[in-house]
Amino acid sequence: MRTIRLLPASNKTRPGWQQSLLLCALLALAACSGPVQDRTVLNRTLGVEPESLDYHKARTKQAGDVQRDIGEGLTGYSATGELLAAAAESWQLSDDGLRYTFNLRKDARWSNGDVVTAEHFVYSFRRLVDPRTAAFYAQTIIDIENASEIIAGDLPPEELAVTASGEFELTVRLRQPVPYFLALLSHPSTFPVHPSAAEAPGDDYARPGRLISNGAYQLDAWQLGSVIELRRNEFYHANDDTGIDRVRHHITTEAHAELNRYRAGEVDLTSGIPQDALLQMRAERPDEVHVAPYLGVYFYGFNLKREPFKSNLKLRQALSMAIDREDITEKVTGRGETPAYSWVPPGVDRYEPRLFPYAAMSREERHAAARQLYREAGFGEDNPLQLELRYNTSQSHSRVAVAIEDMWREVLGVETSLINEEFRVLLANIKAQEITQVFLSSWLGDYNDAHTFLHLLQTDSPSNLFGYSNDDFDSLMLRSAAQTDPQRRQLYLEEAERVLLDDHPVLPIYFRVSKHLVSPRIEGWGDNVLDYHYSQHLSFSEPD
Amino acid sequence: MSTLVALQQLGSQVRRSRVVLVSGGILLAIGVIALLGPLLSPHSYLDTDLDRRLLAPAFAAARLFGTDDLGRDLFVRTMMGVQVTLLVAVVASIVSLVIGVLYGAIAGFVGGRVDALMMRAVDVLYALPFIFLVILLMVAFERSLFLIFVAIGAINWLDMARIVRGQTLSIKEREFVDAARLIGVSPIGIIFRHITPNLFGVVVVYMTLTIPQAILVESFLSFLGLGIQEPQTSLGALVNGGVSQMEQATWVLLIPAGLLAIILLCFNFLGDGLRDLADPRKQAT
Amino acid sequence: MLRYASMRVLGAIPTLLLVIVIAFIMVRAAPGGPFDAERVLPPEIERNIAHAYHLDEPLPRQLLRYISGLLDGDLGPSYRYRDYTVSELIGSALPLSFRLGLIAMSLALVLGVGTGLVAALRKNTVLDRLLTGIAMLGISVPIFVIAPLLVLGFAVYLNWLPAGWSSSSGISRYLLPVFALALPQIAFIARITRGEMIGVMASDFVRTGRAQGLGTWSIVRYHALKPALLPLLSYMGPAMVGILTGSVVVEQIFGIPGLGQLFVRAALNRDYTVVLGSVILYAVLIILFNLLVDILYGLLDPRIRRR
Repeated sequence: MRTIRLLPASNKTRPGWQQSLLLCALLALAACSGPVQDRTVLNRTLGVEPESLDYHKARTKQAGDVQRDIGEGLTGYSATGELLAAAAESWQLSDDGLRYTFNLRKDARWSNGDVVTAEHFVYSFRRLVDPRTAAFYAQTIIDIENASEIIAGDLPPEELAVTASGEFELTVRLRQPVPYFLALLSHPSTFPVHPSAAEAPGDDYARPGRLISNGAYQLDAWQLGSVIELRRNEFYHANDDTGIDRVRHHITTEAHAELNRYRAGEVDLTSGIPQDALLQMRAERPDEVHVAPYLGVYFYGFNLKREPFKSNLKLRQALSMAIDREDITEKVTGRGETPAYSWVPPGVDRYEPRLFPYAAMSREERHAAARQLYREAGFGEDNPLQLELRYNTSQSHSRVAVAIEDMWREVLGVETSLINEEFRVLLANIKAQEITQVFLSSWLGDYNDAHTFLHLLQTDSPSNLFGYSNDDFDSLMLRSAAQTDPQRRQLYLEEAERVLLDDHPVLPIYFRVSKHLVSPRIEGWGDNVLDYHYSQHLSFSEPD
Repeated sequence: MSTLVALQQLGSQVRRSRVVLVSGGILLAIGVIALLGPLLSPHSYLDTDLDRRLLAPAFAAARLFGTDDLGRDLFVRTMMGVQVTLLVAVVASIVSLVIGVLYGAIAGFVGGRVDALMMRAVDVLYALPFIFLVILLMVAFERSLFLIFVAIGAINWLDMARIVRGQTLSIKEREFVDAARLIGVSPIGIIFRHITPNLFGVVVVYMTLTIPQAILVESFLSFLGLGIQEPQTSLGALVNGGVSQMEQATWVLLIPAGLLAIILLCFNFLGDGLRDLADPRKQAT
Repeated sequence: MLRYASMRVLGAIPTLLLVIVIAFIMVRAAPGGPFDAERVLPPEIERNIAHAYHLDEPLPRQLLRYISGLLDGDLGPSYRYRDYTVSELIGSALPLSFRLGLIAMSLALVLGVGTGLVAALRKNTVLDRLLTGIAMLGISVPIFVIAPLLVLGFAVYLNWLPAGWSSSSGISRYLLPVFALALPQIAFIARITRGEMIGVMASDFVRTGRAQGLGTWSIVRYHALKPALLPLLSYMGPAMVGILTGSVVVEQIFGIPGLGQLFVRAALNRDYTVVLGSVILYAVLIILFNLLVDILYGLLDPRIRRR
C-alpha cells in the first residue's frame, strides 16, 4: 500500500541549512516564549477537567488520577499494580472477617505539617456517608455497619462503625465479610479529608491555597480549563522517594490535539492514544507506546424488559455468535484489546473467567450455529429481525457499530438501524428502559476483584440497566459474599459467571486496554490492570 | 412586475456574467456526477471490507478514491456526501427562506404594533447563541436528516426576515401597491403577487450566500458529533473523519475537503456574481 | 444621546428576561441531567444530590430562585465543577476569549479591508480573482481542517510554535489560534469591503471626482473609503460578539480554556447554571454591541446625523 506523504515522515534528521534557520527562529521565539522544559517538572495530560478535587464530590477517572497524586488512603498500589500498605502500616482482621483494626503510620503528615491521626479518618468516613455531602461514591464503604442507614438519612453520621481506638489506631466494623475491602481502601473516596474542610464557607475547601492533603503532592494552582499544577509535599512520609518536584496535569478535551502536544515535545505522558493514530505511533515510536490490559469491558446491553429480547434467549445467542470479535479487535479498533468471550476480564486477582461455549469454534461453525439459532428464534430471510442499535456520539463507537451492523447483516440478514445519541440522552433512554433494544455500554472495575463486574448484574444493583434478574445468579453471588475461604468464594463466583453467560443478558465485545505515550525520559512507569499511574513513582532518567 | 418577467430579466443578465456561469456550471457538474457516479460503481456506501482498509486511489477494482478506515469505497461515500451536503444546504436554506420571507413580509406589510412585536421577537431570538439552539435541538429530539434541516433553517431565517421586512416596508410605499389596494386586492394577494416578486433579486442572492453557511454549520455539527448519522455521511462528516487520517492516508482528507472547498467557493462566487448583477448601482456602468 | 442609549438599555431588559426564560426552558427540556452517569447512583444518593441542588423543586420555583439570585448578582454554583461558581468559571474564561477575539478581529480587519480594497480597485482582473479566492479560504475550508494542519505544520513538524495553550506562557502561543480565529472573518470582511467599494467607485460622486481630475488614491482616501466601509459596521456588531465569545473548534484544538469550550461542555454536561450564565453574557453582549453600532452609525453617517 503506497501512502502519499505531503509532510516529512519524522523529525529525526534535518539537513544543515534548515537546522540553522530553525535555530535562529527558535532563539527568537524562545525570547518571547515561556521557560524551556524543566527537568523536575512532569507534564502529563489528564483528559477532561475533574469535577472537583474534593474526594467526596468527584467520580471521574480524571479526578481520581489527580487525587491519587495529592492524597493517600489506608492502602495503595505499586507502579505494577500490587496492593500495598499506604497510610496504614499494618492491620489485623478478626476471625469472623467483620472487624478490621488498622495501625496508622506515625510519620504520616498533612501538607501543612499536621500529623495524620485516626480521628481524621473517622471524620472523613462520616463525611463520605453524610447525606448533606451528597457524595457520589458513598457506596464504596456501604458494607461498613450502619453506612446504608446513614446514607438514607435514617441514622446520624456519628453512628458509622468506624472509630479511633487510639491516636493511630482505627477500628472498622463491617456488616458482612468483604474479601476485597482492602482494595476498596485505595479508592480516592476513602482518602482522609483534613478537618479544615468543615470550616470552609460554601464549597470551596478543595481549591488551591486551601486544600490540605496527605499525599506525595499538594495542590499548587488550578487554571480552570487549562492545567492543574501540583508541587511536592515536603511533609509526606516518603518524600525522599518522590522523584519529581512538580506535576502539571494538562486538561485536554480532544484526543488528536493531545497527541500533537506529545509529538511536539510539550508533554511527557499522555492519558490515551487516539485509535486511528496507534498504527502510526507504533511505527514512529514503538518504545513509547504502552498498551496494557485494563479492567474494563466494552459491551452491548439488551433491554430485557421488552421484546424481542425479553424472552428470546436464542436470538441473543445468535446475535452474539454472529460477531467476529477478533476482526473487531484486530481491524476495527486495532489497539491490542482482547476479544471478550466472558464477562469478567482476564487478569483479575484470584479468578479464572468462564467462557462462552463457542469461544473455541471456527468462524464457519460459529456462523452456522448462529444461523440455526436465529431460525429457531423465529426469524429468517422472509422475516428478518429489525433492530435499533443505540450508542453515544464518538468516532470509535461508530466504527464498531458499523462493523457489527455489517456482520449481523451478512451472517443473519438482520436489519439494524444505527442510532447515534448524545451521551446523556442515551443514558436517559437506557434508564427509562422503554425504547431501547440494544445499546452500547461500558463498565470499568473499581477494584481488582471479580465482584466489581459480577455484582452489576444482580437484580438489586442500581446499575443493572438491562432488566436482568436470575434467582440462581443472585443466590450464588450472595453465597460467595458469605465465604471467608477465598478458594470456595472463587468457585461460587465462577459458577455465577457461568449462569450469567448461559443467559446472555449482555453482549461483551472486547476487554479494554489502557494506552499511553510515555516519554523515554521517564523512569518508573508500570503498566497495570487498574491503569493507576501515581506521579510519585515516576522520575526522569539522566540525559545521555 | 410579475414573477415571470423578473425571472426572464435575471436570466438574460446571468448570461452576461462569466463568474456566474462558471461557478454555476461547476456546481451543476458536481451535482450530476454525484447523482450518477454511485450508479456506475459496483460498490455500495454500506459495505465494510475489513481486509481492504485505507487503500490508495486506483483504477483497479473501481476504487477511484480508495477506501476509508473500514474498507468502504470512498468514491461512493464521497458522492453520497456531496448529495447529502447539497440536500441539507438547499433544503435548510429553503426552510429559512420560506419562514424568513413570510415572517418579514407580513411584519413589513402589516406594520404598526404587529410589526413591532414581531421584530421584538426576532431581537429575542437573535440574542440566543445559535450554537446553543442547535445543540439543544439536536440533543432534545430524535436525530434525523429532517431535524438537521430544521435546526439549520431555524437559525438562518432571522437575517432573511429582517431584510425582507426592510424591503417590504420600502416597496409598500410604491405606487403599484397603492393601485392594487385601490382595486381591492386582498392583503395576502398583494403580498404574494406584488411584493414577493420584487424581493426576488434580494432573495436569490441571499440564498446563494446562506447555502455555504448552512454547509459549514452542518460540518460544525459533525465536528461536535451531532451531525448526520452513520452509515450515511456528508462532506462535513467525511472531512472530520479525514482529519485524523491526515498523515497516514492523506487522500481520505484531501478529496472530500477539496470537493467541499470547491462547492463552497462556487456558491460564494455565484452569490457575489448574482449580487453584482442585481445591484442597481453597478448597472450604471 | 445618553437618553437614547439608556432608553435602549431599558427596552432591552424585557428582551433579556425573555431570553433567560426561553433558555431555561430549552436547557431543562433536553433529556438527561447533570448527575447522570453509566454508574447509576443508588436512589438515596441521587435524592441527596437532587436536594442539595434544588433539582427536586418544581421547575417554576427553580426558575424564580435563579432569577432572584441574578438580582443579587449571583449566577449560581456550577452543577459540574462543584468547587466553583458560574461567575468564577465565566470570569476565568472571559478575559482570555476577549483578548484573543480582539486581536483576531483587528488582524481580520486589517487583512480583510486591505484585500477587499485591492480586489475592488482591480476588479475582474486575475489579481481580483486570486485575492478573493485566497480570502475566501476561511469560509471554504472548515476551521477544524485548517487548525490541525497548522498545528501539525508549525508545532509538531517544525516545532516553532506550541501545540497547546498550557504548554508555554509567552506570545508564541497566541499566533496560531489568533490566525485560525481570524480566517473566516477575513473572508467576510474582504467580501463586504470589495462589494461596497465596487459600488461606491461606480457611483456618481466618484465619477464627478474623476472628471475633476482627482487620482484614484485621493478618491479612495477622501471620498470612497468612508461610505464603502460604513456598511461594514452592521456586520461587525454580531461578528464581534461571535468572536469574543470564542470558537469551540479553535479552543478544542489548541486547548484554550475559553468561553466557547465552557459553553459547549456545559450544554453537553447539562450544567444548567453555566449554560444560562453563558446565554446571559451572550445576550448582554449582543444588546450592547447593537447599541454601539447604532450609536456609531448615528455619529459617522452624515445622512443619519442630519436628521
